[in-house]
Amino acid sequence: MKIGAPKEIFEGENRVAMTPDSATQLQKLGHTCVIESGAGAKAGFSDAAYQAAGVEVVKTAKALFEAADVVVKVRGPEEKEAKLLREGQTLISFFWPAQNEKLLELCKSRGATVVAMDMVPRISRAQKMDALSSMANIAGYRAVIEAGNNFGRFFTGQVTAAGKIPPAKVLVVGAGVAGLAAIGTSVSLGAITYAFDVRPEVAEQIESMGAEFVFLEFEQTQDGAATGGYAAPSSPEFREKQLAKFRELAPEMDIVITTALIPGRPAPKLWTEDMVGMMKTGSVIVDLAAERGGNCDLTVPDQKIVTDNGVTIVGYTDFPSRMAAQASTLYSTNIRHMLTDLTPKKDGVIDHNMEDDVIRGATVTHQGAITFPPPPPKVQAIAAAKPKEKPKELTPEERRAQEVAAFKKQTRDQVALLAGGGALVLLAGLFAPASFMAHFIVFVLACFVGFQVIWNVSHSLHTPLMAITNAISSIIILGALMQIGSGNWLVIILAALSVFMAGINIFGGFLVTRRMLAMFQKS
Amino acid sequence: MEYGFTTAAYVVAGVLFILSLGGLSGQESAKRAVWYGIVGMALAVAATLIGPGLGNWWLSVLLIAAGGAIGWIVATRVQMTEMPQLVAAMHSLVGLAAVFIGFNAEIEMVRIAALQAAGDADAIQALSGFAAKVAAKSGAEIGILKIEVFLGVFIGAVTFTGSVIAYGKLAGKVDGKAKKLPGGHALNAGAAILSVVLLVMYMQGAGSWTLILMTLAAFFIGYHLIMGIGGADMPVVVSMLNSYSGWAAAAIGFSLSNDLLIVVGALVGSSGAILSYIMCKAMNRSFISVILGGFGNTGGPQMEVTGEQIAIDAEGVAAALNDADSVIIIPGYGMAVAQAQQSVSELTRKLRAKGKNVRFAIHPVAGRLPGHMNVLLAEAKVPYDIVLEMDEINEDFPETDVAIVIGSNDIVNPAAQEDPNSPIAGMPVLECWKAKQVFVSKRGQGTGYSGIENPLFYKENTRMFYGDAKKSIDALLPMID
Repeated sequence: MKIGAPKEIFEGENRVAMTPDSATQLQKLGHTCVIESGAGAKAGFSDAAYQAAGVEVVKTAKALFEAADVVVKVRGPEEKEAKLLREGQTLISFFWPAQNEKLLELCKSRGATVVAMDMVPRISRAQKMDALSSMANIAGYRAVIEAGNNFGRFFTGQVTAAGKIPPAKVLVVGAGVAGLAAIGTSVSLGAITYAFDVRPEVAEQIESMGAEFVFLEFEQTQDGAATGGYAAPSSPEFREKQLAKFRELAPEMDIVITTALIPGRPAPKLWTEDMVGMMKTGSVIVDLAAERGGNCDLTVPDQKIVTDNGVTIVGYTDFPSRMAAQASTLYSTNIRHMLTDLTPKKDGVIDHNMEDDVIRGATVTHQGAITFPPPPPKVQAIAAAKPKEKPKELTPEERRAQEVAAFKKQTRDQVALLAGGGALVLLAGLFAPASFMAHFIVFVLACFVGFQVIWNVSHSLHTPLMAITNAISSIIILGALMQIGSGNWLVIILAALSVFMAGINIFGGFLVTRRMLAMFQKS
Repeated sequence: MEYGFTTAAYVVAGVLFILSLGGLSGQESAKRAVWYGIVGMALAVAATLIGPGLGNWWLSVLLIAAGGAIGWIVATRVQMTEMPQLVAAMHSLVGLAAVFIGFNAEIEMVRIAALQAAGDADAIQALSGFAAKVAAKSGAEIGILKIEVFLGVFIGAVTFTGSVIAYGKLAGKVDGKAKKLPGGHALNAGAAILSVVLLVMYMQGAGSWTLILMTLAAFFIGYHLIMGIGGADMPVVVSMLNSYSGWAAAAIGFSLSNDLLIVVGALVGSSGAILSYIMCKAMNRSFISVILGGFGNTGGPQMEVTGEQIAIDAEGVAAALNDADSVIIIPGYGMAVAQAQQSVSELTRKLRAKGKNVRFAIHPVAGRLPGHMNVLLAEAKVPYDIVLEMDEINEDFPETDVAIVIGSNDIVNPAAQEDPNSPIAGMPVLECWKAKQVFVSKRGQGTGYSGIENPLFYKENTRMFYGDAKKSIDALLPMID
C-alpha cells in the first residue's frame, strides 16, 4: 500500500504525520511512502531528507491524495481535503467525531475509511498509538517553558552574593498526562510544585513525580477507573470546596498551570476572576484547556493577555505544534504503530480487522457507514479499584487488652494441649506394660527436644539439615546389627541387606552434608 | 558391665545428635555440627558392635565398609543440582531397611513362639541378642511388640515406595505432573482400611501373611500418594518423607527396645515435620491439601491478564545493569535446571566489583528441596551474607533499580496478592514487581510448572529475557564493564 502525508493546511500547524524515520519503519512493513513537497519543512524535515529515506515527493496535495491508498495527517481534514478522498481510501488523523458530525457525513459519503487517532481506546495494548497522551506530554512540558518565558524570576531558589532568591511556587491543576509532564518539568527546574486532581488515586503518581498533592477533605470521591481513567464532572458541593482551597492557595502561587478537561464537555471553570485578582504581579497562568473554553475565566484562546494587576494569562492552543520536531517524531511513531496493527502480516496489505478492540474503537467510518460511537471495548482499561480497608488505630488500652487476651488464649491452648496429651499418656499407661512406658517417655521427650531444636535452624541450611537428618536416620543400622547375630538364615540375609543400605546412607549423608557446608562462605 | 557401657555410649551419641541438629542454626557452627553427628554415629555403631549378643561381627564390618564405599562415591560425585533426588533416594534406603528389620522381628517371634510351644527350654536358653529379649517378653509385651512391628513396617514401606517415586520425579525419570489412578484417594483410603483390618487380624494371630499383605498395601499407598503430588509441592514431599523415615526408625526402636533408635527417630521425625510445616506455610496451604495433591479448588474464574510480554535482548539488560545501583536476583528451579549458578555468581562478582549493591532473594519454596537455592549459590561461591530470605528483603524492592528473575515463576506471581480467585491466592510472594525494572530470564512464554498465568510478565516495568538461563547470563557477562 502507498502511504502519503500531505502538508497541513491549518493555520499555524507546524507538525507533520510522517518523518523520514517513521517512513523507513513503514517501508519495513511492506508499504511505500509518498509525501507532499514541503510538508515537513516547518518541523525541520527537508524534502531531501525524505528522499534519502526512500520517500517519493509529489508537488501538490491533489497529486498526493490521488497517489496514496492511506493518507496520514495530524489535524482532521478540512472540507476541501475531505472532498479529495475517494472510495476505499483510508484516512488516519485526529478527527474529534463527536464534535464534527458534518465532516463525518462528508467522509462517509466519499466512501473513505477514517481512523481517528483521538478515539484509540485507553487500554494497555493501545498505549503505543495513544497520540493524545504523546501530544499531552509535549503540551505539559511546553506549558512550563512558556510560563518560565513569561515569568520574571528563577524557578529554583538560590542564595547568592547578590541576595537571596526565593524558589517559584507552581500549582498544576489536573494531573493527567499533561499535568504530570508539567509537574516533572517544573520540579526538575527547581520550583516548589503543588498539584491538584479530583481523582484521589492519582495522589501517588503526583507524589512520585516529586510534587505535593493538594489534599481536599471531602467524603465522596471519584473512582477514576469507572470512567476509563478520565475525570468526570463533580458535584456542586465538591466544586465549592475545591474553589475555596484554590482561593487559599492563589496569593502564594507564582505560576498556575491548568489542564483540567472532562471528555465531551467544555472545560470546567476552576480559576475564577477573583483568584486572578488575588495573585501577585508578575505571576503567570498557563491554560492548557484554552481550546475547550479554558479553566480560567479570563483566558482568551490563542492569545497571551496581561491583566490589570499584572498577571500574564497564556491561552495558546498549539503547544505541541510549537515543538513541531518533537511532536512530529512522537505522532508519526503513534501512526506507525497504528499501521503496524493494521498490517498484521507485515506484507504491505492493510487488513482492517473490525473485531480488534483498538482498530474498531478508532474507526469512525468504514465501507460507507458511520461506525461511531464504537461499542465498549471488551477489555477494561484499568482494573476496578478494590475497596480498601484501613487498619484500625488501636489505643494503648485496647492493645494491652489484646495482648492480655492473646496471652490468655495461648496459656489456655497450652494447658489444654498438655492436659489432653497427659490424659492420653495416662490412658496408654493403664493398658501398656511398664517396659513399653519407659520407652514411650524417651520417645515423647525426644520429640519435644526435636521440636525445640529444629525451629532454630536457619532457612538457608534446610538442605544440609535434610541431608544430616537423613544420615542420622540410618541409625536404624543398630536394629539390623542386633539381629544379624540370629540363628535364622533369612533373618541374617535381611539384616545384612539392611546393614549394607544403612552403611551407604551413613557415609553418603554425612559426606554430602560436609560438602555442602564447606561451600557456604562469607564475603 | 558390658551392657552398661553400651547404654552410656548411647546417651553420649544421643546428646551429640541433638547438638548436631542444634548446630545448624548458623553457617559457621554448622561445620562443627556435622562432626558431632559423625562422632555420634561412629560411637553408636561401635558400641553396638562390641555390645552384648552380637554375632557375625566380621560380616557386619565388611558390609558397613562396602556400603560406606558406595555412599562415599555417590556423595563425592553428585552434582549440587541433583541434591533433591539424592536425598529422596537415601530416604528410600532407610524405609526399606525398616521393612526388613520389621520382618526379621516377626520371623524371630514366630521362631520363638514355636520353640516355646515345643517346650524346648534348652534352645530358649541358647538364644542370644534380640531373640533372647523376645523370649523374655510376657504376653502383653508381645502384643505391644506386634503393634510396633506392624507400624514400623507400614511406615517403612510407605517411605520406601514414596521415596522411590519422589526420586523418579525429581530426577525426571517419572512424569512430574500430579497423576492419580481412577478412584483417587478412595484407593488410598481403601488400602489404609485394609491395613487396619490386617492389623486386627495380625494381633489375633492370623499369621505372617497379614504382615506381608499389609506391606504390599503400604507400598501401594506410598506409590499412589506421591504420584498424586506434583511440581511445586515437591519440597513438602521430600521433607515429609524425611519425617516418615524418622518415625519408621522410632517405631523399629520400640520393637527392638532400643532407646537410641527411638530418640534419633523422634528427632528426625520432628525435624521433617517442622520442615514440612514451614514449607506449607510458605505456600499458604494446609498440609492436608498438599498431601491430597493438586491445587485446591478455586472460588471463581481467574483474573484475566491483559497486555503483552515485551522481550528484551542482552544489550538492553546489560545497559540497565550498568546503570543500576542496586540489584536483586531471584533464582528459582530454572536456574538449577540450566546449571546457571556459576554464571550468576560471575555476574554477581562483576557487579559487586563495580560497587553495586547486589543481593539474592530466596523464597522458602524456591527449588525442589527446602534451602535448595542456598546450596546452589553456596556451591558457586556466592557469599551467604548477601543471600537473604523473603521476609528480610521484600521491603527493599521499591528502592531497587533492577530485579532479575532467573527461572522462578509462582514465587514472584503478583496474582497471589491481587487476585482472590487465583489458585495461589494468599501465598506470600517476592514483590519484585515493585522494583523500578524487572527482567525475567525464562525459556519461553509457557506458564511453568503449576500452569498458573503470571501477570508479572505483563507488567509495564517487566521485560522478558528469553532463552536458556545459563546462555542468557553468559551473554550478559562480557557486556558488564
